Amino acid sequence: MDALIHQFFNLDIMARALPLVLQGLQMTLLLCLVVIPLGLAGGLLFALASLSGSRTVRWGMIVAIDFFRAVPPLVLLIFVYSGLPFAGIRLSPIAAVALAFFLNTSSYYGEIYRAGIESVGRGQWDAARSTGLSAFQTLTSVVLPQAVRNVLPDLVSNTVEVVKLTSIASVVALPEMLYSADMARSVTFNASPIVLAAAIYLVMLWPVVRLISRLERRMAS
Amino acid sequence: MNAFLETFFKPNLIAQYLPSILKGVLVTIEIAVGVVITGLILGLALAVVRAFQIKAVNALIVVLVDMFRALPPLVIVLIVYFGLPNVGINIPSFAVLWLVLSLVLAAFAEEIFWAGILSVPKGQWEAARSTGFNFLGTLGYIVLPQAVRLTVPPITNRTVAITKNTALGTVIGVPEILSQATTAQSFSGSATPLMMGAIAYIVLFVPVVALGRYIETRFAWRRN
Repeated sequence: MDALIHQFFNLDIMARALPLVLQGLQMTLLLCLVVIPLGLAGGLLFALASLSGSRTVRWGMIVAIDFFRAVPPLVLLIFVYSGLPFAGIRLSPIAAVALAFFLNTSSYYGEIYRAGIESVGRGQWDAARSTGLSAFQTLTSVVLPQAVRNVLPDLVSNTVEVVKLTSIASVVALPEMLYSADMARSVTFNASPIVLAAAIYLVMLWPVVRLISRLERRMAS
Repeated sequence: MNAFLETFFKPNLIAQYLPSILKGVLVTIEIAVGVVITGLILGLALAVVRAFQIKAVNALIVVLVDMFRALPPLVIVLIVYFGLPNVGINIPSFAVLWLVLSLVLAAFAEEIFWAGILSVPKGQWEAARSTGFNFLGTLGYIVLPQAVRLTVPPITNRTVAITKNTALGTVIGVPEILSQATTAQSFSGSATPLMMGAIAYIVLFVPVVALGRYIETRFAWRRN
């Protein structure tokens, strides 16, 4: 039992690792600020393209979305980070992370938006257009507000997945929270710094996970 | 175009590294199948236990499930992989990956199955009990068949998303596809093995993702 506490909950080591882990947390938050808005915006574009009137655009987009949902994000990230330089495209770690996660998260957000937009009845479009609203106005002030409300739990839940996803940026040596914690782990030969990082992830995400469960239950009833 | 082919599809490298990529494919499939089986069974078992409504047990399940939903899988993998040997527990890296991903899938599956059980109307319970079914009989013959059917689309999507995390195994040296591809890439100094790895994932997972899309329309879980 003592060995267990010493190995996983060593407060001494946690205290020493804390400044480094907090530095990593800043990078994690920065990554979230880049990746989440990019994904939300890209997802909307993906969704609109996959609902396009042109059959070519529609099918092309569906293939692209399924493609990016089939490739594990870590594979995409490593491909962008260490594969593209062979083709002469050299990206900094943060640019590689932003590009790889943009393609991955936009595909997931895109599917959610699409389900939301499809859940809004066709009559809403026709009614809005017949009152003189343009197609753009119909989309932004009539369809999207209802669509987003209908899929809110899924949007929030995917956002949690994106925050968790930022942890794999550690693999390309981007000094986010898990990378910093793992550095501290390799210096101290002790897992406590990673447990500390885990605790910070829990503080950030647990309330949101609870919220999702409640949102989902409310939608179901 | 030729330079592109030479970089990403060099024929002699494809021939040279195909066997190791295929070995990786086998490892990925083995772990993925293991995770799906243990994860879904454990998730369903937890949801069934939760249906007994024992306060203390349910609180424990909710806390555990929430934790595995909130933590990034790579964080859990690293804690288990680097922590356990130091307290005298040695398990091979593929077992670490299988164990962690199974627990993560079980957590998400429990939540989905439980939502399914709750969505079966109370009248179904009462009607079954009044015909003489006991609690377990009602759950097993009446409630679960309806609940599980409702949960097929979300379970499929979640299962696909979590089995893709087998790629995380590369961080702890599990010889799955990505690990084989990056090793071959550093030996050959070419991007071709990486492209092969990416294609292997696409061949494995595009059919599953497409199946998920089909199931979603087929079983259509409409919330409103």
